[in-house]
Amino acid sequence: MTGADPSVVTEHRDPASAGGTVACGADPAPTPATPGASTQSLPHPSSPRAVGTTRRTSWVRQALARSTPIVAALAGILAVWYGVSYLVLPTSQRFLLPPPHEAFGGALSNPQLMGPMLEGLGRSVTVAMIGLVIAVVLGIGYAVVMSQSGWAEKILYPYAVILQTIPILALVPLIGIWLGYATVARVVVCVIIALFPMISNTLFGLQSASAAAHDLFTLNKASRWQRLTKLQFPAAVPSIFTGLRNAAGLSVIGVIVADFYFQQGAPGIGGLLRTYTLRLQMDALFTAIALTALFGVVVFMIFAALDRAVVGRWYGRPTR
Amino acid sequence: MTASAPPREAPTRTLVLDRVTKAFPTGTVALTDVSLAIAPGELVSVVGPSGCGKSTLLRLASGLEEVSSGSIGVAAASTSYVFQDATLLEWRSAARNVELVGELRGVSREERRARAQEVLDLVGLQGFEEQHPRQLSGGMRMRVSLARALVAEPELALFDEPFGALDEITRLQMQTELQKIFRLKRFAALFITHSVSEAVYLSTRVLVMSGRPGRIVAEIEVPWEYPRPPELRYAPEFAAITGRVSAALGEHS
Repeated sequence: MTGADPSVVTEHRDPASAGGTVACGADPAPTPATPGASTQSLPHPSSPRAVGTTRRTSWVRQALARSTPIVAALAGILAVWYGVSYLVLPTSQRFLLPPPHEAFGGALSNPQLMGPMLEGLGRSVTVAMIGLVIAVVLGIGYAVVMSQSGWAEKILYPYAVILQTIPILALVPLIGIWLGYATVARVVVCVIIALFPMISNTLFGLQSASAAAHDLFTLNKASRWQRLTKLQFPAAVPSIFTGLRNAAGLSVIGVIVADFYFQQGAPGIGGLLRTYTLRLQMDALFTAIALTALFGVVVFMIFAALDRAVVGRWYGRPTR
Repeated sequence: MTASAPPREAPTRTLVLDRVTKAFPTGTVALTDVSLAIAPGELVSVVGPSGCGKSTLLRLASGLEEVSSGSIGVAAASTSYVFQDATLLEWRSAARNVELVGELRGVSREERRARAQEVLDLVGLQGFEEQHPRQLSGGMRMRVSLARALVAEPELALFDEPFGALDEITRLQMQTELQKIFRLKRFAALFITHSVSEAVYLSTRVLVMSGRPGRIVAEIEVPWEYPRPPELRYAPEFAAITGRVSAALGEHS
């Protein structure tokens, strides 16, 4: 803070004269010589909605632009695949990696193979989604409880971390012993693997509101419930969607792992993968792998689109 | 001065601080022996070097922090607080941000809609009610913040360097705007700023604080009636008063 000397002040009798500045040593922001600017009121919006319409027309182009890299990547994979099949592998070993048209063509043209495979995929999708829904509900609930007091967070957070640090494969045999080898156990694996990203992202989001925003609620004597529903939870929505996207991807992995190990009852796509491997049914195996990959990609795209739609519209924030 | 005024406080004072000291658990003494009184229709500015406890003063007056010693008396049915940042909820439109106060205080939907519209008009935001904070400029965001403070019809308004983050032109506009509102509503106001010219232009009285621990070292009356024309900032008598404030600041920083 500099000492000010009133004698430094330059005097301008005519307020409109250019450069008329009230210089003040203690004032970090010098006053500009445009007194007219301060009287001018706010301009009216000409058309606040105009931006929305132009955005809609370019939507298709944007979707194309977004999908181009994916298409290029798929083309690249196919090219390498053909290369390895025909140029690297000798004919006698080509069964290890049959060229794509044989690998997929054989299975796709065989309804007896594709029927059970699609049914298995359907069962796996169902299990993954049930597991995801349970993980979302439990994860958000757990995070909300933690967000309500420092004590609750200190006590409850370690459990979530422990759950996260135990590799899922180490738990799977135990889950089988306790819960059997059918649907319930598979759902539980999905829940366990999808739970942590929901908990941690939701908690992060619930704690993301600024101190000033909390002060605003305090000054207006907001109840705990009002603070949660009108500040913490809405502030957490973008993070919850990030968590949801991660959890969805993980629950796909979870169901494949669970299917693979828990073979009781009708098989899921992961169970079929194991069967095909044991029988060395290469075309079926490749098709099943491609289906699980497609499953994962579709789930990811659905949740990424949901994320963009909800968070982009209401929060105007580009998603990570 | 009416008979219905609360008997506990002197009826002409909305905010009274009596020898207030604030020390934090870390040992930092933010304020020592601060006394001030603000009457309805007074806009009192506090200027001081950064870190002198200006914001702490406001947090104490609002009840967000407790005093270490001394006492604070507030005789206002409603108090509003304007933050350094606009502090808007980004998922709510301008109108819904203003309505939040009513929601928290249990005002009916129709009434809080009507009152939000009223104050948004007052701060010059008609036509922008449905815009979200990210679609608004810094100045317009601050206008929403002002509207949110006004919707509670405060008898005491606390301002924590509200225009500090704005560009110079917007800042001057907001000063004119606030002055217009103040002339209309005549609440009691405590306005924290680090800008001497802002303090002098807006206030009926300027208090100068020393560096930490903050004390009030000078009190300078600003004589002009409202509305004050923007050109006043370039008048020699304005320079004379800002000079006195700056001199007091310079001696004690």
